Amino acid sequence: MLRIDKLMIIPITLFYIFSFIAITSAMMVISAKNPVHSVLFLILAFFNVAGLFVLLGAELLAMILIIVYVGAVAVLFLFVVMMLNINFARMKEGFAKYLPLGIVVAAILLVELFFVLNNSPKNINLTKETGVTNTEAIGNVLYTDYAYVFQISGLILLVAMIGAIVLTHRQREGVKKQNIGKQLSRRRKDSIEIVKVESGRGI
Amino acid sequence: MGETFLNIGLMHYLTVSTILFTIGVCGIFLNRKNVITILMSIELMLLSVNINFVAFSAYLGDVVGQIFTLFILTVAAAEAAIGLAILVVYYRNRGTIEIEDINRMKG
Repeated sequence: MLRIDKLMIIPITLFYIFSFIAITSAMMVISAKNPVHSVLFLILAFFNVAGLFVLLGAELLAMILIIVYVGAVAVLFLFVVMMLNINFARMKEGFAKYLPLGIVVAAILLVELFFVLNNSPKNINLTKETGVTNTEAIGNVLYTDYAYVFQISGLILLVAMIGAIVLTHRQREGVKKQNIGKQLSRRRKDSIEIVKVESGRGI
Repeated sequence: MGETFLNIGLMHYLTVSTILFTIGVCGIFLNRKNVITILMSIELMLLSVNINFVAFSAYLGDVVGQIFTLFILTVAAAEAAIGLAILVVYYRNRGTIEIEDINRMKG
């Protein structure tokens, strides 16, 4: 006889809702005709996975997922998709051609992964009560044991930022810009010339 | 049977992440012509890996898995930014981003 605590019903229901929506929207990401819709479904998938993270007790990561992924990466995708003038119809041409191959590969991969999963340790309840909050626990480890790795990840972001700027920056021709050094080095004798003009004669 | 469905544990999260990963791989195969969708599929795969890490972190009671997820997020953000920048530059130079037209280095 199965006994379920009444309090446990809510997390269980939430888990199934979140994972169902996440998987459905992931399918829509790869099958939507319009890339803009793909990006929007990607955002939906991110939100639902963030919900799963909250259920797992990783609140900080859930919030970071929403802020970094939805707020930065997905918006970047949306920006690029809308900025580039792409012929979406031509992009979808190969879809039916590659569908059998894709399904075969996906099925093989899925079966293999489930074989691996079957040999894993059996179901264990995940809820653990510890004294510290999730954010505090991460902070305790991140800034001590993993301080150098943390710095390196900051460096990676810096390099990515510089790289993206260098790649997309371009010098336009015919644009007039202010040159402050040139302005400041300007002297009176360079710009004004006093000419004595005799009366009755032009210069 | 009801026990498996109602007692949410590690296996359930691993299953979800497996399915998401497979969808990501499938997306790369299906959208061979669209670079943007391929990049999004890669994001999906990274997301499923993150679910794996967080699930094992909760299962082992060790916060290091979540730290690793943080670094994966960092690298994924950098990768998306650089990839999209390359895409924008390529579009500016060639006027197309279809993969079949990207063959200048074939010689």
